[in-house]
Amino acid sequence: MDLIWDGLRESIHILRTGDYSLWEITLRSLLVSGSAVVISLVLGIAVGAAIAFNDFRGRNLVFSLVNTGMGLPPVVVGLLVAIFLWRSGPLGHLRLIYTPAAMVVAQTIIAAPIVTGFTAAALRHLDPRLRTQLYALGASRLQMLWIVLWETKLPLLAAVMAGFGGAISEIGASQMVGGNLAGDTRVLTTAVMLEVSRGNFAPAIALSIILLALIFVVSLVLTTVQQQERT
Amino acid sequence: MKRASWLAALLLALVAALGLVACGGDNESKETATPEAAATTTPQAAVTGTPQAATSTPVVRSGPKEVILATTTSVQDSGLLDVLVPEFEKESGYNLKVIAVGTGQTLAMGQRGDADVLVVHAPASEKALIDGGSAINRRLVMHNDFIIVGPEKDPAGVAGMTSAVDAMKEIADTGSTFISRGDDSGTNKMELSLWKKAEVEPEGKSWYEESGQGMGPTLQIANQKDGYTLTDRGTYLAQSANLSLKVLVEGDPLLLNVYSVMEVNPDKFDLVNSAGGKAFADFMVSEKAQQMIGEFVDKKSGKPLFIPDADKTYEDLGLKTPFG
Repeated sequence: MDLIWDGLRESIHILRTGDYSLWEITLRSLLVSGSAVVISLVLGIAVGAAIAFNDFRGRNLVFSLVNTGMGLPPVVVGLLVAIFLWRSGPLGHLRLIYTPAAMVVAQTIIAAPIVTGFTAAALRHLDPRLRTQLYALGASRLQMLWIVLWETKLPLLAAVMAGFGGAISEIGASQMVGGNLAGDTRVLTTAVMLEVSRGNFAPAIALSIILLALIFVVSLVLTTVQQQERT
Repeated sequence: MKRASWLAALLLALVAALGLVACGGDNESKETATPEAAATTTPQAAVTGTPQAATSTPVVRSGPKEVILATTTSVQDSGLLDVLVPEFEKESGYNLKVIAVGTGQTLAMGQRGDADVLVVHAPASEKALIDGGSAINRRLVMHNDFIIVGPEKDPAGVAGMTSAVDAMKEIADTGSTFISRGDDSGTNKMELSLWKKAEVEPEGKSWYEESGQGMGPTLQIANQKDGYTLTDRGTYLAQSANLSLKVLVEGDPLLLNVYSVMEVNPDKFDLVNSAGGKAFADFMVSEKAQQMIGEFVDKKSGKPLFIPDADKTYEDLGLKTPFG
């Protein structure tokens, strides 16, 4: 019980003072996961639209693959990316290992299938006559895509939330390809692990509170948007 | 409807702006430390997320500023590097990336040329690495010692024993719970060598459990399960406030925990920053760093954690050397 109360009290103190580079780590988490989600959104919409609108052989297989990707274990993604980016790996000469960029790559691989899956499912549920009608009205492919996406913006927001949640809360990949370097690649999840392994539970609790608050705020804003659209 | 889309745009802009702020802050702090290092790290790439963006910056130059140090978690968990690294970076202008992993991975990183310099504590494996030509120029840096800790009740009755091997035998004979790291770390290797000397094969026994984690978490597990474990003194001291485990066996010369620094062989791997690796190795055995190591104390207990050894040999420490 001591640990809970002392931990909470001390963590509030840390939140107030910003010790342990709290805010710097928080900003980096937002930056890395935010970038990964933005890239995932672009990739996810492109691939999602392609598999939702086109009839081709093996479409079910692609759908299943994307759905499998939605549950990719981060530690496996981390290992895979690390194998490629380590100096001894095929992309070692890029010197990307242990940089924020490597973490963005890994988190994109984690978030992109989630966004793709949500997008494809949403687009498939659209009335197919909408597209024929738009073409009949003389819409270009891009205009068509834009209008269709506008129609599905609610499920797309859910995709962003799920992708962001997956990216910012994963630890295995960030640890492995980022290396948890202070002032460089340390993000909220890896910082929590480090402080726990050092036996510093109070900063670990403080960092966890921030992590939860971040996910909550993002969900709150996006959910508010969704609800306003409905009414 | 308008308001909602505006809100969404605002959120996106907010995330982007925060990102830029974080990025800018990063750049600034780096530039004051090592102007060149800022160019080799890739905050721009983090924004766009494309690996290509990073390669377009002039990364490979005659002397890279980025040095990768692979070391064991016990060194990082002690907090010693938080003191030494800034001093090294200030003195040399290099940007040191400390990758703290288990000894197993540290050695593997040396073996494959994934790091420039290594700080490890597993003499037999260090020898293998040097014999294999992956690492060169091994030098002693410092030591602390391992201790056997366990519950206050001490069901195996090992408290105060002077022979670590006898204590391990006793723990096995009484079937008392023992938590092993089980992660091929330096500590794990030391533990296994003690079992071997005690002629005990613990694997698969009901009283023997492997945590597969670092020293900190393993101590916590031993604490929760009233088990014994072998730990380096530094990690135990740093965590003792959260533990009810007691130091039961200490002082056996067998339990010395000797750290060395080795450079990764640049003749074997093209991408190794040999100048940077050598600079850090030289720094670790320099008078200044040795003094800092000797003066470094654990924040919580106020006790010194390491004894500097740069001017000593294995024989000076009362150990048989694996190096001929």
